[in-house]
Amino acid sequence: MTTTFFIIAILVLGFLITFQIAKASEYVAVIRGEEKSRKQTNKINAFLLLVFLIVGMFGVYYCNVKLEGKILKFGSADSDHGLLVDQMMKYTLIATGIVFVLTQVLLFWYCFKYQEKENQKAYFFPHSNKLELIWTAVPAIILTVLVTFGIVYWYRITGPAPKEAMTVEIVGSQFKWEYRYPGPDKELGQKYYKKIDPSAMNPLGQVWEDQLGHDDIYINGQDEPMHLVVNKPVKLVINAKDVIHDVGLAHFRMKMDAVPGTPTTMWFTPTKTTAEKIKETGNPDFVYEISCDQMCGSGHTNMRGTIVVETQEAFDQWIASKKPQYKIAMEVKRVADSTAAAGVAPVAPVAKDTVIAQLKH
Amino acid sequence: MSHAAHIEHSAVGFDSHHDGDHGHHHKETFLTKYVFSQDHKMIAKQFLITGIIWAFIGGLFSVLFRLQLGFPDQSFPILETFFGQWAEGGKIKPDFYYALVTMHGTVLVFFVLTAGLSGTFANLLIPLQVGARDMASPLMNMLSYWFFFAASIVMLASLFIQTGPASGGWTAYPPLSALGQASIGSKAGMDMWIIGMALFIVSQLLAGLNYISTILNMRTKGMAMTRLPLTVWALFFTAVLGVLSFPVLLSGAVLLIFDRTLGTSFYLSDIFIAGEALPNEGGSAILYQHLFWFLGHPEVYIILLPAMGMVSEILSINSRKPIFGYMAMLGSMFAICILAFLVWAHHMFVTGLNPFLGSVFVLLTLLIAVPSAIKVFNWLTTLWRGSIRFTPAMLFAIGFVSLFISGGLTGIFLGNSTIDIHLHDTMFVVAHFHIVMGVASMFGMFAGIYHWFPKMYGRYMNNTLAYVHFWVTIVGAYLIFWPIHYQGLAGMPRRYLDKSQWVNFSQFHELDAMITIVTIIVFAVQLMFIFNFFYSIFKGRKVTTLNPWKATTLEWTTPINPGHGNWDGEIPEVHRWAYDYSKDGRDFIPQTEPVSENESTH
Repeated sequence: MTTTFFIIAILVLGFLITFQIAKASEYVAVIRGEEKSRKQTNKINAFLLLVFLIVGMFGVYYCNVKLEGKILKFGSADSDHGLLVDQMMKYTLIATGIVFVLTQVLLFWYCFKYQEKENQKAYFFPHSNKLELIWTAVPAIILTVLVTFGIVYWYRITGPAPKEAMTVEIVGSQFKWEYRYPGPDKELGQKYYKKIDPSAMNPLGQVWEDQLGHDDIYINGQDEPMHLVVNKPVKLVINAKDVIHDVGLAHFRMKMDAVPGTPTTMWFTPTKTTAEKIKETGNPDFVYEISCDQMCGSGHTNMRGTIVVETQEAFDQWIASKKPQYKIAMEVKRVADSTAAAGVAPVAPVAKDTVIAQLKH
Repeated sequence: MSHAAHIEHSAVGFDSHHDGDHGHHHKETFLTKYVFSQDHKMIAKQFLITGIIWAFIGGLFSVLFRLQLGFPDQSFPILETFFGQWAEGGKIKPDFYYALVTMHGTVLVFFVLTAGLSGTFANLLIPLQVGARDMASPLMNMLSYWFFFAASIVMLASLFIQTGPASGGWTAYPPLSALGQASIGSKAGMDMWIIGMALFIVSQLLAGLNYISTILNMRTKGMAMTRLPLTVWALFFTAVLGVLSFPVLLSGAVLLIFDRTLGTSFYLSDIFIAGEALPNEGGSAILYQHLFWFLGHPEVYIILLPAMGMVSEILSINSRKPIFGYMAMLGSMFAICILAFLVWAHHMFVTGLNPFLGSVFVLLTLLIAVPSAIKVFNWLTTLWRGSIRFTPAMLFAIGFVSLFISGGLTGIFLGNSTIDIHLHDTMFVVAHFHIVMGVASMFGMFAGIYHWFPKMYGRYMNNTLAYVHFWVTIVGAYLIFWPIHYQGLAGMPRRYLDKSQWVNFSQFHELDAMITIVTIIVFAVQLMFIFNFFYSIFKGRKVTTLNPWKATTLEWTTPINPGHGNWDGEIPEVHRWAYDYSKDGRDFIPQTEPVSENESTH
């Protein structure tokens, strides 16, 4: 509290001093002749603009030195598509970087050079078709190049997934991710949102009448990471239960909205295992993170999932340890039915939870 | 009503039998002069002061949520004193954080940079610069302010209700904004947000139609469209954009109300929320985004164009040179205006949009860079070989160009769908649009205020305070927003209030603290600007000459404190374009001066 008051006091004091100086300088200007003091201020401001350019350019450089190590470096993407994105960013950075330096230097340099001076007349120069043609054509050509690369890469990234790609479903809801693997038949069974019933062990609303879904494996993203295979294309089928979420995979440079009622997809090939990344970054805690990139409510910040990229063997081992959700749901149903048939009161949630907990192990 | 009739008569026709003291020969009460005024200049001041109040509120919100971002572990007991349960223990709750972010966006985009910027300067400058005694319909003009005022009251009231204001982001995407179960801010606060926006849209339509008809019909004799100052052209395009796009937002908002209250399913489908499956099926959440961004993107130019127009004018006047490439400037504004309607889906590259459609929007989006580049190069050439006077307005205009370049170039990253996959909804986007749309337009607005303050109040603002204001603001703006690009390049999503649990986004602790401190300083300097503004209205140095900046345009031919009707006597006739500076050895030639025989042509 005291610091708050202290800060406010400093601000008020600083303001009062500035204001007094400002008032005084206005009087001084009137006494000394307004034209004279205007010209002096003009020189100061012209000089400051030049200083701003030089210090600013140094600042841009310094900022880069300080923060370069904290960003995802261009060319460091961990997926095939990500490398295309990085490539595109590099081209764009080169083009815009040149324009940035050129135009900012000209802007501030002209301001300094052509400041009002004695015996200097402004040059009446209303237009020049040649110049205007040049700076219409040159940006148009540069942009054509950028657009062409962009669209070619875009089609490669958004084109249909290869046949050998594995499918994983990812479902967002406030504020968690859930995953579903299609099982040995490689096809996901049908879902219908009115069938969602976590207490009956059907958290995604699978339609049990659909045989395809009987071998589907459900993973709760709060307990476990999503597992992917290195160098194997993966197609994510993306869903949301309640509001719009977004699957953001910064290291793979991929992103796609999860829209309730409208499934979306994206595919990519992870190129490094998590273990390799840990070695590469030297960070033992490194993990691929799934961020929710679309504002989804008060828990948006905490809507975190993780991904483990591993070898095919490790993945096979992991998936083999999982029980299809259909089986879990049916066992819960059987237990519930038998207790009900035995004339016991409807299953209390507690009893059901114990059964579920037992089934999981 | 003889007064209104008189004005209309004299403004439409170009009558020569005026008898001097126009604007003084009818009685004005306090109510008709300051409150329900139909004088465009007073309405401009009303828009400006309301805008300044909103800017204070919106800016204060950003300071509050920056406190959270900069110092997530610290508690600020003073927050609990003021905000009670929203900041229990002196820490900002997520719901409060999102309410602050949402209202910051809504207030600044719509209430400050749309109403406060184009509302002020369209009202002030259009009649004065085209040579009209008032707007085509002063009554409609007055209504447009009062609808804006009503919108302000509703929006302000929403801050004080128990469940808080809307908190689903300024874009208010459903289903989040449609379902009270999804977020506390989507309860009554969202209804008030929609009502406030609806009133605001009515205000914008009344205003826009008025601006367009005034510019088209009420130019003084000799004021051909190609002799208009670029400010008026910019305001014209702004009004056209607004009139064509705001109704689409209204339709989007109306459908949202239906979904919220009548059980329709325009945006809702397959929703399981709070343990319950909703009956809605068949709607499309993405439909809202199409409707929103069909306004939302032109809105960016609604905010930018007036700033561009004023900057063109101020750069030219203070370089003592004609604006370079007047027709190219016009053409590029026209191109921007058309393209503004054809790029909305670049906000939606990762919504599952058809990739082919996406590629069309990439092409159209990056096309906008061409007219933007033309404008920048023309501004640079306007400075070249000038004789530059650094008035506070000029400095802000130069700052605008610098920021427009910096923010515009990052748009080339985001407009390219391939890169957008990675950068979409990250802090990079936040940095981009704050620089190019937020701060740059704010600079345009400051430039306009400093430049036309003498016309509004017959006094100058204090120069020293103005220079301090400029230097702190431009340095601060770059210090705040430049490094935020790097957060985006690290993949950090926007609207995250605490990054501590994330392995890959938690490396910017010091940076966030630095940004917050700079934000507080910059905000304090804006308070100083507000002080300077109000102080100078009453105590500023008096203007003693008709034309303090030695400008060519018509507003400087009116009396220092023009009455309702603007010109005593006849409206002047125009004989030339607005940019005859340093021509034939003369510093400037007013638009009202006939072309002499031996004058050079261009």
